[in-house]
Amino acid sequence: MLKLENVWKTFNPGTINEKVALQCLNLTMEEGEFVTVIGGNGAGKSTMLNAVAGVFGVDSGKILIDGVDVTNLPEYKRAKYIGRVFQDPMMGTAATMQIEENLALAARRGKSRTLRGGITRVEREEYVEQLKILGLGLENRMTAKVGLLSGGQRQALTLLMATLQRPKLLLLDEHTAALDPKTAAKVLDATQRIVEKDHLTTLMITHNMRDAIAYGNRLIMMYDGHVVVDVSGEEKKKLTVEHLLSLFSQASGSDEVDDKMVLS
Amino acid sequence: MTSFLNALPGAVSQGLIWGIMAIGVYITFKVLSVSDLTVDGSFCTGGAMCAVLVTSGYPLWMAMLLALAAGLAAGLVTGLFHTKCGIPAILSGILTQLGLWSVNLAIMDMKANVSINVNNYDLLVSLRYLQEVQKGTRPIWQHPIFVVLLVTLAVIAVLYWFFGTELGASIRATGANENMARAQGINTNFNKVLGLAVSNGLVALSGAILCQYNGFAEINMGRGAIVIGLAAIIIGEVAFGKLFRNFGLKLLAVSFGSIIYYVVIQLVISEFKMNTNYMKLISALIVALFLAIPYWQEQYFHKKGKVKNRA
Repeated sequence: MLKLENVWKTFNPGTINEKVALQCLNLTMEEGEFVTVIGGNGAGKSTMLNAVAGVFGVDSGKILIDGVDVTNLPEYKRAKYIGRVFQDPMMGTAATMQIEENLALAARRGKSRTLRGGITRVEREEYVEQLKILGLGLENRMTAKVGLLSGGQRQALTLLMATLQRPKLLLLDEHTAALDPKTAAKVLDATQRIVEKDHLTTLMITHNMRDAIAYGNRLIMMYDGHVVVDVSGEEKKKLTVEHLLSLFSQASGSDEVDDKMVLS
Repeated sequence: MTSFLNALPGAVSQGLIWGIMAIGVYITFKVLSVSDLTVDGSFCTGGAMCAVLVTSGYPLWMAMLLALAAGLAAGLVTGLFHTKCGIPAILSGILTQLGLWSVNLAIMDMKANVSINVNNYDLLVSLRYLQEVQKGTRPIWQHPIFVVLLVTLAVIAVLYWFFGTELGASIRATGANENMARAQGINTNFNKVLGLAVSNGLVALSGAILCQYNGFAEINMGRGAIVIGLAAIIIGEVAFGKLFRNFGLKLLAVSFGSIIYYVVIQLVISEFKMNTNYMKLISALIVALFLAIPYWQEQYFHKKGKVKNRA
């Protein structure tokens, strides 16, 4: 479903801030796989996701989604295949627009936008049903501006928007990191339900090792711009945090472990 | 006071005409969240096109339509400067505006003004018609206030419909959150160009109506238009913001804001006998003040509120 072939990306080349973010990154994801991604700060997790989404071009290498070479497609065209939830709850929704308007925009992802009505009555009824699944009572506030919602509500709404039109690939960039633990658990729970219900191919970055182990059916660890640990199936189910940490120091050849990874 | 009351219908007419321009500014400034300075040039482009075409014998409707098209083209140029050449939006507008000065002169055959003799042509609005309605020699429905109000309502109706469509909603999303818009597959660059074109088309239409009203187009007619537009938007928001929540009503508030602006200016001119050359300075200061108020509220009153909550 997703294939990254020898992808390289350097930020600020030739300057004092030069940073090689992706180094010959290779990754192949099968249809229906739910992959969790961990790694320290600067390992290239977000860069990988943004490269797939097309936020910026890559220096070399290829990116294929469902067999289609999207390496040179602009971000808005790739959106046809991709649903995204960002780390920042403010980023995934239009605050000054209504809940139903946001959903209607998302329902048209990858389709041409015409002079037909921006939202139909049939759609509205459908959105009410979809919002009920989230269990946040948003179905009663369809015409409320999204800016009035809490961070958790906005993330849940963004998640629904990302999956309203079944994406070939769902990209979650630490989408619960900015939420309090209770809300984060709720949003993760909703993520799990939606991914399972629609059998979505999902790539989820997390800073929380326990979440990385608990969710998904494959786990990858990144270091220095490429994948250093790749565990799936039965092996992944047996993983523990301790085991993961030892895998990390083996792979990276050092004992230094990112603070956040130990804490979580 | 009588001189003010006598001038009132004229002030309201002017306010309505400039209100169409202000609605154009609303599209860029509020909907797209872009400050577009093309306006000062494209307003005159509309006036120049209309005056030249009418005096060369084109039918009025065609002259106004071509004026609108010229405005669309001006907005298109600014949009392409911004999206295809990576020039910041505000600078793109300034560049187009500067270039338009020459273009506008060229349209007017290198003359600084072109006059339209009201006696020779059938115009949509004119200061003369206003006077004739007051004298009773012309039917009331040809009063500029009535005519321009109809045009304004038609413009608002079209915009209300357009911004409710799939395409229009995607333009609003582009202005509200570009990241979100792109993630939802919206071509944000295309939408910005489209929004800038539509905005400047309306601005030029307003210029085309004003040149008929005044009976001439001149090279400086658009100077400071952006400030008048912002003033109208702000006044409309302050006066009707709590009442008008619907998008169509918000556009109507912009038009009302423009009327209030011109009525107040007329009051200052008639009652205080102020030198009209100071109007631009006063307008600039008033707009600066109103733009500053939200910032000051955030800076000083926000903190106060927090302390209050704690106590």
